[in-house]
Amino acid sequence: MKQFYNKRPSSALRTFFVLGSLFLFVGIMAFGSNLSIDKQSAINVKTNVVKDSVASVNAFKKVYAVLMSPRCMNCHPAGDVPLQGDDSHPHAMLPKRGLDGKGVSAMKCSNCHQPTNTPGPNTPPGNPNWHLPPADMKMVFEGRSPYQLAKQLVDPKQNGHKDMKKLIEHADDDLVLAGWNMGEGRAHPPLSHAEFKKAWITWLTTGAYAPQEK
Amino acid sequence: MITLNINKKNYKLDADPNTPLLWVLRDNIGLVGTKYGCGVAQCGACVVHLDGEAVRSCVTKISRAQGKKVVTIEGLSASNNHPLQKAWLELDVSQCGYCQAGQIMSAAVLLRENKSPTSQDIDDAMAGNICRCGTYLRIKEAIQLAAKESSSDK
Repeated sequence: MKQFYNKRPSSALRTFFVLGSLFLFVGIMAFGSNLSIDKQSAINVKTNVVKDSVASVNAFKKVYAVLMSPRCMNCHPAGDVPLQGDDSHPHAMLPKRGLDGKGVSAMKCSNCHQPTNTPGPNTPPGNPNWHLPPADMKMVFEGRSPYQLAKQLVDPKQNGHKDMKKLIEHADDDLVLAGWNMGEGRAHPPLSHAEFKKAWITWLTTGAYAPQEK
Repeated sequence: MITLNINKKNYKLDADPNTPLLWVLRDNIGLVGTKYGCGVAQCGACVVHLDGEAVRSCVTKISRAQGKKVVTIEGLSASNNHPLQKAWLELDVSQCGYCQAGQIMSAAVLLRENKSPTSQDIDDAMAGNICRCGTYLRIKEAIQLAAKESSSDK
C-alpha cells in the first residue's frame, strides 16, 4: 500500500507533465504556424525562403494540377483564342485575345462576361476584370510540362514582372479566385483554393524548384 | 427606380435591377428592333451599345447599364443613315432580317475602332454574330462598302 501511495503522486505528476508538454507543444506549433503564414504574406518573402527541393517539387505537383485544370488553363491558352468548357475546347465564336487581353472591337470579353456569373447552365461566367493575359505577356499554361511551367512562373520576363511577393499575392487575385466560382455546371479545380494557396506558397518559399523533365 | 439613358433619352423604370436590358428595351420601352435570339450571349441578335461597347443585352443586367449610355439600332443614326445602314440597303444584305440589328451594331463598333478593316479584322469582329440565313458574305461586303464610303466622305 505504501508503495502504491508512493507511486500515485508520481504517476499523476508524470501525467501532468506529459499533458502540459503536449499542450505547450501544440501551442507553439499553432503560434509558429500563424507566424509562418504572416511571414509568408509579408513584404520581404525572400528572407523566408528555406530551400527544400523535395517539399518544393511535391508542392508544385499540386500547383500544377490546379493550373492545368480547365478553370485556370482555359484563359492561359497557347494560341490567341481562349479555351472553354471542362474539355478545354476552343471558345465558341473564336474571340481573339487583342493587345490588352480583353478582346477586339465587337468581341471584347466583357461584352458577354458580366461582372458576376450569369445564372443557369451554359451561360457566361462573370468577373469585373475578365481577360486573358496581354499579347506581350501571354503566360501560356496550355501544353507546358511541369518543368516548363515552373520555370516560367518564376521568370519575371514571362510571369507579368512578378516578384516573390506579387506571386504570393496573386493566389488571392480576384480572377484566380473566380476559378472556384465559375457558375453552374463547371468542374472546380482539383484542390480547394485554400489547399492550392498552401501548396503555392510552400512551393515558392521552399525554393520554387522545377520538377525534372522526364 | 432605375434611370436608363437609351438613345439619348432618360427612362425611369420600376424594374428589378437584375432584369436583362433586352427585356426592358423590348417590353417596357417598346424598342423592338433589338431581337431575342439565344438568351445566353451566344448568337449576337441582341447586341446594343453600352457606352460604345457591343454588349449582349440578353445577359446584361439593367443595373450594369445604369449611369451609362445605351444605344440600340433605333438610335444608331438620326435617320437610318449610318454608313452601315446605307450599305445594308444598297447590297440587300438581309434575308429574314432577324439577326441584322445585332450584326449592324457589332459592325458599327468595328468601324468606329478600325476605319479600314481587313477581311480578317471583319471576321474577328463579327465572329460572335450568327446568321441562320447565311448572309455572311453580303454582311462582309456591306461592311467593306461602308468603310469605303465613310473614308471617301471625308
